[in-house]
Amino acid sequence: MSPLDIHPPLVEQLLVQFLREELASAGFSRAVLGISGGVDSALVAALCARALGPDNVLGVMMPYRTSNPDSEGHARLLASSLGIATRKVEISGMADGYLGAHGIDDRMRRGNVMARCRMIVLYDLSVEWKGLVVGTSNKTEVLLGYSTQWGDSASALNPIGDLYKHQIYQLSRHMGVPSAILDKAPSADLFEGQTDEGELGFSYADADRLLHHMVDLRMSERELVDAGFDVDFARRIAARIAATQFKRVMPLIAKLSQRTVNQDFRYLRDWGR
Amino acid sequence: MDCRLTVAQTNPALGNVGRNLEEHVAQIEAARRGGSQVIVFPELSLTGYFLKDQTAEVALSIESREFARLAELSRDISIAVGFVERSDDGRIYNSVAFLEDGAVAHVHRKVHLVTYGMFDEMREFAAGDCFATFRSRHGRFGLLVCEDAWHVSSGYQHFLAGADALIITSCSPGRGVDGGARELASERTWRTLLEAYGLLFQTWVVYSNRVGWEDGVFFWGGSRVIDPFGAQCARLAGLEPGRLDVRLTSDALRRARVATPLRRDSRPDLLARALDRQCDGRNA
Repeated sequence: MSPLDIHPPLVEQLLVQFLREELASAGFSRAVLGISGGVDSALVAALCARALGPDNVLGVMMPYRTSNPDSEGHARLLASSLGIATRKVEISGMADGYLGAHGIDDRMRRGNVMARCRMIVLYDLSVEWKGLVVGTSNKTEVLLGYSTQWGDSASALNPIGDLYKHQIYQLSRHMGVPSAILDKAPSADLFEGQTDEGELGFSYADADRLLHHMVDLRMSERELVDAGFDVDFARRIAARIAATQFKRVMPLIAKLSQRTVNQDFRYLRDWGR
Repeated sequence: MDCRLTVAQTNPALGNVGRNLEEHVAQIEAARRGGSQVIVFPELSLTGYFLKDQTAEVALSIESREFARLAELSRDISIAVGFVERSDDGRIYNSVAFLEDGAVAHVHRKVHLVTYGMFDEMREFAAGDCFATFRSRHGRFGLLVCEDAWHVSSGYQHFLAGADALIITSCSPGRGVDGGARELASERTWRTLLEAYGLLFQTWVVYSNRVGWEDGVFFWGGSRVIDPFGAQCARLAGLEPGRLDVRLTSDALRRARVATPLRRDSRPDLLARALDRQCDGRNA
């Protein structure tokens, strides 16, 4: 057994309750999310369907013209297995309207634009669907900052942001996510042949294990080395976490007055519900 | 001590004292109809927990009309309720009040405010400065609020003062799902702590923990009662609101204390000397 292992029925029960209660406290009972054909959004769709009933969940497929057709196929497979509503919105027109007109070739910039186009679609459809946008970023990618700020990281609430990738797979198997989705290599599918692990330069298994020791168990660099971690890998990940902190916080506000939002004007989001 | 007691495991609305008071009234009336003589609500049951800047906005005096209403209800059933207390001198405390026979019989102000990790209580509250038992018509009670119970000196003071029952209220956030455990790490540690209190202090231990979510943080419930032998005798399922009815008897207290006379054999004089030395050392 891995120290990262969870007891899936317990976590399922907690996350189902989280979705029901936090949506209700915001005055909602429906959810909208992007379904990419990958495991993270498959798990969130399954949790939403369990928590709210499949009729109250809208899964949105948002392919770009270069997206792998398997992604849409897997998204459809998932949606039909859960019985949730689906919508397909091609983002090629909106993305190319900007990328093409301005001749943007840089791979990172193109990927970010696509991720933000998808965010625009989800937030717009949330009005029509009368549901909140539910996030699909896991703890590994949140800590690594492996996301587009205000793009795929944007959501109203996120049930899986405190689960490492290893735990995502465990819970997904328990929730009955189709094996075609569980068995393929994770990919943001922003360019052809992309895989997360290829782009990051390390495996999720290694990252999960290190992050768990570093963040959850608060081990120092010396303790990590004693526990068998490569010192360069540990330093590289520590630097990456610190360098991407901006993605995990709200924008900075210059404090001028006696009372400033997020400094000394402090209320929960559930305030007044 | 011989009383029928109800633990109310509630899910307070954050900062909404009016709505929470109505829920208290409904719970109190249901418990009274069921024949209970005492009802215990969780920590900050009238306000919710992560109040931040709302803390001062929802603070109540025990002279308030909200307390007048609870006092009226306490003519038929004794009530332990959690609230943000505004004292006469304007300080704000995380308090639990025990109401009985139409009046506030006792107030305990949380001594050990949690200020680490996800908690920031010292920013919001002044700390209480004593642990005192009090005699209710149902026996001698000692009150503790959540982190108070993590300091064994708190329970020990109530033990020395002869408490028949410890009432421990809390807003314990659930956490710790790794290691493959079927139970949350927070529940595991509280179970150990509460059973140790029953065993070591030979009192009834009444634990009232809330449920519900506040901004992504959940409170795991699992309210329970431990007998004077340290054995759990009743427990509510976690995560959902509910009421737990138990009977606390002096027979069990007597049997536990005859079998193992811990209070008779305790040596607070040795502790007092050790504390004197400790305090002298600190002052030196």
